Parts: sequence; structure tokens; C-alpha cells
Amino acid sequence: MSVAVENFRNNRIHPKVFALVTACVSMTMLFAAFTSAYVVRQAAGNWLEFPLPTYFYVSTGIIVLSSVLLHSSYVSFKNGKEAAYKGLMVVSALLGIAFVVCQVLGFYEMEAMGIELTGNPSGSFVYVIAAVHAAHVLAGIAVLAVAMLHAFLLPFNPTPARKLRFQQTIIYWHFVDILWVYLLFFFILQQT
Amino acid sequence: MAYVLEYDEDLLIEEQGFDDHFHEHHHGDKYQSSFINTYIFSMDHKMIAKQFLITGIFWAIIGAAMSIVFRLQLGFPEENLAWLQPLLGKWITVNDSGIGTLDPQFYYALVTMHGTILVFFVLTAGLSGTFSNLLIPLQLGARDMASPMLNMLSYWFFFMAGLVMFLSLFLSTGPFAGGWTGYPPLSALPQASSGSGAGMTMWIVSLVLFVVSVLLGGINYITTVLNLRTKGMTMWRMPLTIWAFFVTAILGLLSFPVLASAFFLMMCDRGLGTSFYLSEIFIGGAPLDNVGGSPILYQHLFWFLGHPEVYIIILPAMGLVSEVMSVHARKPIFGYKAMVFSILAIGFLSFIVWAHHMFMSGVNPFIANFFVIFTLIIAVPSAVKVFNWIATLYGGNIRFTSAMLFSIGFVSMFISGGLTGIFLGNSTIDIQMHDTYFVVAHFHIVMGIAAFFGMYAGVYHWYPKMFGRFMNETLGKIHFWGTMIGAYAIFWPMHYLGLAGVPRRYYKFDTFDAFAHFGDMNKFITIAAIVVFFLQILFVINFFYSIFKGRKMKTKNPWGATTLEWTTPVEGIHGNWPGNLPSVHRWAYDYGKDGIEFIPQYVPINENESEEH
Ligand code: HEM
Ligand SMILES: [Cu+2]
Repeated sequence: MSVAVENFRNNRIHPKVFALVTACVSMTMLFAAFTSAYVVRQAAGNWLEFPLPTYFYVSTGIIVLSSVLLHSSYVSFKNGKEAAYKGLMVVSALLGIAFVVCQVLGFYEMEAMGIELTGNPSGSFVYVIAAVHAAHVLAGIAVLAVAMLHAFLLPFNPTPARKLRFQQTIIYWHFVDILWVYLLFFFILQQT
Repeated sequence: MAYVLEYDEDLLIEEQGFDDHFHEHHHGDKYQSSFINTYIFSMDHKMIAKQFLITGIFWAIIGAAMSIVFRLQLGFPEENLAWLQPLLGKWITVNDSGIGTLDPQFYYALVTMHGTILVFFVLTAGLSGTFSNLLIPLQLGARDMASPMLNMLSYWFFFMAGLVMFLSLFLSTGPFAGGWTGYPPLSALPQASSGSGAGMTMWIVSLVLFVVSVLLGGINYITTVLNLRTKGMTMWRMPLTIWAFFVTAILGLLSFPVLASAFFLMMCDRGLGTSFYLSEIFIGGAPLDNVGGSPILYQHLFWFLGHPEVYIIILPAMGLVSEVMSVHARKPIFGYKAMVFSILAIGFLSFIVWAHHMFMSGVNPFIANFFVIFTLIIAVPSAVKVFNWIATLYGGNIRFTSAMLFSIGFVSMFISGGLTGIFLGNSTIDIQMHDTYFVVAHFHIVMGIAAFFGMYAGVYHWYPKMFGRFMNETLGKIHFWGTMIGAYAIFWPMHYLGLAGVPRRYYKFDTFDAFAHFGDMNKFITIAAIVVFFLQILFVINFFYSIFKGRKMKTKNPWGATTLEWTTPVEGIHGNWPGNLPSVHRWAYDYGKDGIEFIPQYVPINENESEEH
């Protein structure tokens, strides 16, 4: 554990959690930039309208569910329910993978509609934004993989350090979840 | 008459201090147990600060040398440059009569690299990286950054960014040559010019690494400032340096991701054939497939970063200057709260003025009005700061050290350059000025020189803290006066060039009769630039010589400053304070209070002391 962080136990929010939230703010800016660029470009005209792939709605359900399950896993961890902790975590990681698969299927669906990556920017934006988001989810899956290693290799013991680490994992996982919900609503609202 | 307070500093810190149980833990292995983790993969903020500084100096020399080469071209376009061939190789073409000329393509590459290197590597990483790292933990009374690990990574991402950029200089097609702003289509089409291929790819990779470095650093700075202040160090007791670094980090955290998104779309255009920035382009008479994109989109994204970026550069310099000025004028900074609020106001406003760089890109004139107004409003907090600096100097007991001279020089430069900003901020005047040497003069004075002066003030002032020795003051003064006069000699005439309409980024003006009479002025500028360049080399020599041979720092607090960094041992130990952390009882500017020369922040308030500021 890092040196400086040990100093201040009385902080309401742990510096490491704070740092993660700050990082999430900067990732939010990345997507805010993408979506602003979308709006600016759309306002300039020559913009092809098309319906969002249905897989995107499926994936939204999946990632929201995954977020909820990971949260229950965290609650179980804190309450000492080892089996629920491990089980829920595995399921939510699997749902994370299912989310990415659905996004890819959504891309195929768009292609089948005739919306190519290199066509009108209206389509390119959806591809690129969803893909960059999916990359963030993949990073989240990597984080979950580490969490699972901890869950299955270390003896079950909810120490403050492990709680903190788990807390960081769920914050990030909720973040990519909310981010996707925002993006979905953004796409829907921009289309009408 | 001012008298000096008597107390035993170490005893006071130990008694009043805050026990964080730091020294009960064992931290040995990760820290300074071998050459590698002491000097290379160091996690100690003081060492990382030095790494940023020395890397910044390296890049400053390269970037400045490039400017000398293109200034030679501008000042002496007919001169024989064959002597540069050993260095520049095929970029100098020598004709049959032995006359060497600079390749025009490479001229553009030099201008581009000069801008990129100075803006990002020197004035962002070298300035804010160095001093945020050095001063945030020391002045706040923290053992180190919130995450020393991320801090180390921040430096190494910067290092890698530099490495990629450096390698791109040696590409056979040359580095990127489309200007430091990387506007499409030159940047988006590999076939657009020779530097747009591999050169641009490496440019973009390098800057993406750089963005990562800035974000890692910024997250750390913000977290440290908000979470790791020592006991008693409220936000309103923080020195202005810290306020400046803090707001700078916030600006970086909010604006650099936007640059990343601009680059990401750019990479898709380059690699995947999308058309975010490209539409109806003909290359060599043949149309490209790309339709529907907009190069203006890139400009919006770029300048949404670009304008905050100029404040990311200048705010740390402002913070350093405020602090140095107060210490060496032996007076509290005038209007501390006004200084803080103007930093915050500048930070906020910097996000809503970006389109002033695009008045001539065809933005709607009604929208331009909005940006004109906010741009001009920035002059208000800027003027508040200038006023406060001058008021701080007024009646001060000024010690004209090199650090102080550079601080005063900073104010001069900031005023001169800020005034021309007001010209440019008017969209109608900008029709004439845009893309002329007037803009070059504006931003070099207000950003280039001013930020360098802030950095020099910081280096001369905190050098003893970094290296335990002083830099040579005589050389420092020669450095200051030469640079002060020389910098104006370089950039003042450029205003006239710009007013006459001489465009920037031109290789040669021999086909423009209207500009023919500026030949001598360009020669003068080039000669001044060469002189100033050698004065900076003098600084570099002074810097490295003093590391080994400089006068030793015998006392902990040679300048009589109030801030906490001067209470740490001269050697600079891991964890910064040998025992307890100092606890803070007052703001950072108790100079000359109640007739006492200075009262450090860790000294408790005395019963019969007058009101706190
Ligand atoms: C009173 C404050 C300022 C105003 C009103 C102002 C206004 C402007 C305007 C309107 C331009 C665009 C000119 C054009 O391209 O036609 C400009 C360019 C520029 N300004 Fe300022 N400015 C101010 C202060 C600053 C400061 C403090 C910095 C940096 C520390 C700065 C750095 C720059 C740079 C780098 C450019 C040129 C970028 C490029 O085209 O390569 N300015 N300024
Ligand atoms: Cu600007």
C-alpha cells in the first residue's frame, strides 16, 4: 500500500477511491467530447438517420443487470456470505462478456442494415463511440478478472484493504454501466 | 524595524506537529534501496520532479535549436546552409555551386516540432510536472503524492511520448509537418505530405502517451491536494502555488480527454477509412471517397483542449511567480483571495473561449460574438492578477535575486502579451491579424516567454530545495537581463510584421513585393534569437555546474520563506519530514506582520498577535 495514503484514516472518502472518481470524470469528458462532436456534426446536415440495432437494447439490459449483481456480490462480501459473493461476481463478469458480444452483434446488425463504418458519419459515430465504450468495458472485465482471482485464490476475509479494492472495482463497473445507459439515451434522443 | 522571531524550529514541529505514524512502518525496499529505484524508477516525488525538469531541459534545447534553424531560413534565406548538412543530412540540399538550402518540407517539420515540443513537452510537462511534483507534497505537509506509483507512471508515459517523438525526427519521410495544431486534412491523410504518413502516426501516438501522462499526473495532484493536506492546512491557507497547480490539474483532467477523442477520430480517418474530418478532397487531381466529414469539427475539439492548454501552461507560472514575489519582496501577496478567485475564474472562462482561434474558419459571426465577449472577459481576472503583483512589489523590501528578477520580468511579459490578446479577441480585428506574425508575437510573449520566466523564477528559487546548492547568481542575472532584452528584441518587431499582414508559417517571402522591406527586420530577429539561444545555454551550464559545484545550502530556509518545504532536511529524505508532520497555524504570507520579518506557517498564533490577514 502506498505511503501517503496511510496517513489520513479519518477522510470520509478514501484517497484511492477519490482518485478513481477523478479518473472517471476525465473518462466522462472523453465521451462528452464524442457526443458533442456528434451533435455539432449532425447540425451541419448531410446526416443519415437509421434505427439503432436491437442488440443494443439487449446489451443495455445485460449490463444493468450485471451492475446490480456485482453490487449484491459486494454486499454479500461485506456481510460475510462467501458463496453469494463468489457466485454473483462470476455471473456479473460473464454478463460483462455477454455485453461486449452483444455490442459486436449490434455492429453486424448495423452492417446488415447497410450502415458501414466508412459511410456517412452518422453511422461511423455510433460504431466508434460504442467501440470505445466497449474497450472500457473490456478493461472492467480485466479488473473483474483480478477480483475473481482474489475471490478464489485468497482465503475469504473481508479486510479493509480488500473491501477498498472491491469498492473500487464496483465503482468502475457502475461507471461503465451508467456511461452506456447515457450513450444509449443520447443515441435515441438524437434520432428523433 | 523588522525583527526576527526566535524559536527552535525542529522542536516546534516535533511538539506541535502531527504524528501520522509514518515512521513506524517500514518502507525501505520500494524506496531508494538501489540505483534503479532511487534515480530511475523512482517513486519519490522529489526525484520525479527532477526527472521532469531535466527531461524538460533536454527538450527545450532541442526545440530551441530547431527554432534557430528555421530562423536562419527566415532571416537569411539566401545564405549558404551547407554547414548544417552534417547535422540535418538530406534536409539540406546542396546545389552544384555548393550552396546549401533548407528543404521547404523540413522547414515545416521544424516549425511543427518546435511548437509541439515547446507547448507539450517543455511548458506542460517540464513546468507543471516539475513543480507540481516538487511542491504539492512539500508545501502541503504530505509524505508524498497520493499514489507514488501513478506518479512514477506519469513520468514514464511522458518519457515514452518523448521517445516516440524523438524517433520520428529520424524518419526518412521526416516528422509531422502540418503545424502543432495538427489540422486535417494535412494530418488526416497519409498521402497529404511527406510528414503526414509515418511522421503523423508517430506524432499522434506520442501525444496519446502524453495525454495519459498528464491524466495520471493530474489525478494524483488533485487527490493529493484535496486529501493529504497536513493538520491545519485548510484550502484558504494553501500557498498560491498550490492553488495554481490544483486548478491546472483540473483543467488538464477536463480538457486532455477531449484531445484524446479528437485524436481517436483522427486515427479512424487515417486507418479505417472513416470520414469524420474529411470531405470532397482531391489529391493530385483525383477525388477521394471521403464525403460528409468536417475539418472544422477537429478544430472545435482541438481548441477545446487548446485554449485551456495555454492556461495549463501559464497558471503554474503565475503560481510560482506569486510565491517567489512575496518571498523576495518580504511582503504578503496583495489580495490573496482575489488571486485565488481569479485563478478559478480564468480556469472556468478558459473553457468557453476556444472558438476565438476559429474566427477565420467560417464560424457563424453571431456565435463568434459570444466568444468575443467571453474572451475579453478573461482580461478582467488577468488584470486583477497583474494589479496584485504590482501592488505586492509596491513598497516591498525587494531582494533582486535572479528568481525575483524573472518574476518581475514575467509580469512585464504577461502585460505585453495580454494586451495583444485583446486585439486578437475581437473577431473583426482578427480578420486582419489571424495567421500573421502578430499572433506569433502574441503567444510567444504571453505564453512562451512568460511561462519560461515563471519556470526560471521557480528553478532559481527552489534549486536549493532540489539540489541542496545554489545556482550562480551572477550568471543568473546575466541570463535574466540578456533574455529580457533579447526576448523583446525578437518578438516586438513581429507585431509590425503581423500588422502589415505577413503570414506566419511561410518558408520564404521573395515572391511578395509588399514584404520585401522587412528583410532587415527578419535578420535582426534572427540575430536576437541566436543571442538569446546562447543565453539559455548559459543557464543550462549554470544549472548542471551548480548541481556539483554550486554554493552549498547551509541552512534549511535560505530565503526566509514561510512555507513548509523549507522545514524539511536539506538532503531531502523519503517521507520528507524526519519526525512528525508540521501542523499549520496560519496562511503562507505572514511577512512583516507586527514588525516581524516573517512567521512560518507552522508557528502557532501568538495571543497578542494582530488579526489573521
Ligand atoms: C487577455 C488574454 C488573452 C486573449 C484575449 C487572447 C486572445 C487570443 C486570440 C483571439 C487568439 C487567436 C488569434 C488568431 O489565431 O487569429 C490567440 C492566440 C493564441 N493565444 Fe492568446 N489570448 C490571451 C491570453 C493568452 C495567454 C495567457 C496565453 C498562454 C499562456 C495565450 C496563448 C495563445 C496561443 C498559444 C495562441 C496561438 C495558437 C496558434 O494559433 O498556434 N493567449 N489568443
Ligand atoms: Cu485561446
